[in-house]
Amino acid sequence: MICTTKKIKLLLHPINTYISFIMSNTQQLQDFTTQVRRDILRMVHAVNSGHPGGSLGCAEFLVTLYQDVMKRNEVFDMNGIGEDLFFLSNGHISPVFYSVLARSGYFPVAELATFRKLNSRLQGHPTTHEGLPGIRMASGSLGQGMSVAIGAAQAKKLNNDNHLVFALLGDGELQEGQNWEAIMYASAKKVDNLIATIDLNGKQIDGTTDEVLAMGSVKAKFEAFDWIVLEIKEGNNIDAIKAGLADAKSKSGNGKPVCILLHTEMGNGVDFMMHTHAWHGKAPNDEQLAKALEQNVETLGDY
Amino acid sequence: MKKYTNTGSKDTRSGFGAGMTELGQKNENVVALCADLIGSLKFDDFKKNHPERFFQIGIAEANMIGIAAGLTIGGKIPFTGTFANFSTGRVYDQIRQSVAYSDKNVKICASHAGLTLGEDGATHQILEDIGLMKMLPGMTVINTCDYNQTKAATLALADHHGPAYLRFGRPVVPNFMPADEPFVIGKAIMLNEGTDVTIIATGHLVWEALIAAEALEAKGISAEVINIHTIKPLDEEAILKSVKKTGCVVTAEEHNIIGGLGESVSRTLVQNHLVPQEFVAVNDSFGESGTPDQLMEKYKLNNQAIVEAVEKVIKRK
Repeated sequence: MICTTKKIKLLLHPINTYISFIMSNTQQLQDFTTQVRRDILRMVHAVNSGHPGGSLGCAEFLVTLYQDVMKRNEVFDMNGIGEDLFFLSNGHISPVFYSVLARSGYFPVAELATFRKLNSRLQGHPTTHEGLPGIRMASGSLGQGMSVAIGAAQAKKLNNDNHLVFALLGDGELQEGQNWEAIMYASAKKVDNLIATIDLNGKQIDGTTDEVLAMGSVKAKFEAFDWIVLEIKEGNNIDAIKAGLADAKSKSGNGKPVCILLHTEMGNGVDFMMHTHAWHGKAPNDEQLAKALEQNVETLGDY
Repeated sequence: MKKYTNTGSKDTRSGFGAGMTELGQKNENVVALCADLIGSLKFDDFKKNHPERFFQIGIAEANMIGIAAGLTIGGKIPFTGTFANFSTGRVYDQIRQSVAYSDKNVKICASHAGLTLGEDGATHQILEDIGLMKMLPGMTVINTCDYNQTKAATLALADHHGPAYLRFGRPVVPNFMPADEPFVIGKAIMLNEGTDVTIIATGHLVWEALIAAEALEAKGISAEVINIHTIKPLDEEAILKSVKKTGCVVTAEEHNIIGGLGESVSRTLVQNHLVPQEFVAVNDSFGESGTPDQLMEKYKLNNQAIVEAVEKVIKRK
C-alpha cells in the first residue's frame, strides 16, 4: 500500500488549557483511534447505556477526518467561518464524536466522564443546547443531518467561504425520507462543497439493513440522484480513509455533491462486538469491558 | 370608543411579502426559503431582487426546515415560507430538533392559517399550529391581525434572535392598524379601553373584536379590546392589568380551543387572578370546505360570536 502521508508533523499548541494534537502519521492516528476506542467503551460501560457498535465502526474515520483532513479554527465558533465543518446525522454514535472532539481540544478530556449523566454537556445524543464546543446541531432523531449540512454549505457559498462541509450518516438512517429530499436537492442545486459519508456497516437495531428494509445498491441510488460517489472499501483502515477523503476533496467543487460509501465493521476493534448488530445499543458489563480494553491498550492516557 | 378605520382591505400574507421586500434591501443576512409556493407567500419581489439569497426548495418541507437551520450556521437569518399546515404539523420533529432544540435563528413564516384558507378544506386548514409551536421551549409565536401588523412583525423578527413562528392568513381582510404602530414582540396592544369586559383577540379575530365592541357599546357594555399578536411570550402584565379592572374576559382566535391563545390566557388567570373566561375558538374539530365568511360563521368565529360570549361571561361575574 502506498502511504499517502505527505508530511509528518506533531504540533502541540494550547487551545485555552487544552492540548491538541495534529498528526498526519498513520501510526499516530492509529494510536489516537485506539484511545478513542477505550473512551467509547469506558463511557458506555460507566452508564450502562449508549451505542458502542457504530461508534467503534466510525472511530478511524472520525479520527482521520478531525486530525488529518479538516481545516479547523483553534477557537470554536458556531458560525464556523473560514474552516471546514462537520455534521453528525446519526447522533447515537455520540461516544466516538465526543471522544474525538475532546481529544481534538474542543473541551477537557476529563468531561468524557460525565457522558449521559445528569447536568452534563455530553447528552445521550449530541446537542448545542448545553453549549458543548464542537457541536453545531442536535442530532439523534434520524434523517435530519444532511439537510442541515446542505444549509451550512450554502451559507458558505453565500459568504464566499471556500471551505468544505462534511456530514456522516448511518446506512439504516437512509430509510428516513427526508434524506432523499436532501439528496435530490443537493445535486439539483449544485451543492458541491459538501462531502457526505454513509457509514455502510449493513446493520441497524433490529438486524441487518437487508433484513429490516433492503436498500439495494446505495451506490446506484446516489448515482441516480446525480452525486459523485466514491467508495472506501476498507473503512476501518486509516490509509484507505486518508486516500478516500483526499479523493473526495479533489472531486469537490465540480458542480456536484460528493458521497463516500464507507464500508465499516460495527464494533470494530473488539472481537466479540464485531460481525453482529447486538452491540448497536448495548453497553458491555465489567467482564466484557475488561476483555475489550485488553484488546485496546492505553495510548494517550485514559480520561 | 376609539375608531379604527379600514384603510383598504389587503391580505396579511402581502404584508409578509412587503416585509420581506424591505428586509431584502435592509439586511443582507436575511435569506428566504420556499417550498413551491412563491406566489402564495408573496416572495416574488424578494426572489427577483435577491436571487442569490432566495432558495426554492421544492415540495420538501422537512428538507426546507433543515436547510434553514444549516443556513444560520454562517450567520444567515432564514425566513421559511409555506402554508401553516406544512410549516408546522408536517415538520414538527424537524423544527423540534434542528431548530428549537438546536437554538437556531430560523423564522418559520406560515400563511393560509386557520379556517379562512377556505375552499381547500381541512387538509390545509390547520387549527392546531399555535399549540404545536408554543409548546416548543424557546419558540416565539406570533399571529398577526392585518397587513400592516404582518409587515411590522416580519421586520421585527429579523432583529430578534431565536426561533420564531409567524402565523398569518390567506384572505383579504380590513387593514386597520396604523402603519407606524410600533411592533414589539411580546407586547400587547391596547386597542380600546373599557370597563365591563376584556376581549383578548389575535389574528383575523382582532377586527371582529373591534366590531363586537361597537355593538356592545350600543348595548351599554364597555368592552376593553386587547390585541395579543405575540402568543408566546404572552404579555401577562397587560392581561392581568385589564382583567383586574373588568373582572371577566373573552378570548378570540382562529384556532382550536385546545392549545391556543385562550388556554394561555387561562393559565395566566388561574395562576394570578381568576376571573370568568369564555372562548371564541373552534370547538375541537377539523374545518371543511367553504368560503371564509361561511366558515367563520358556521364555526362561530365572528363578531356576533364575540358579542354572545361577552354577554355570557358578564353574567358569570
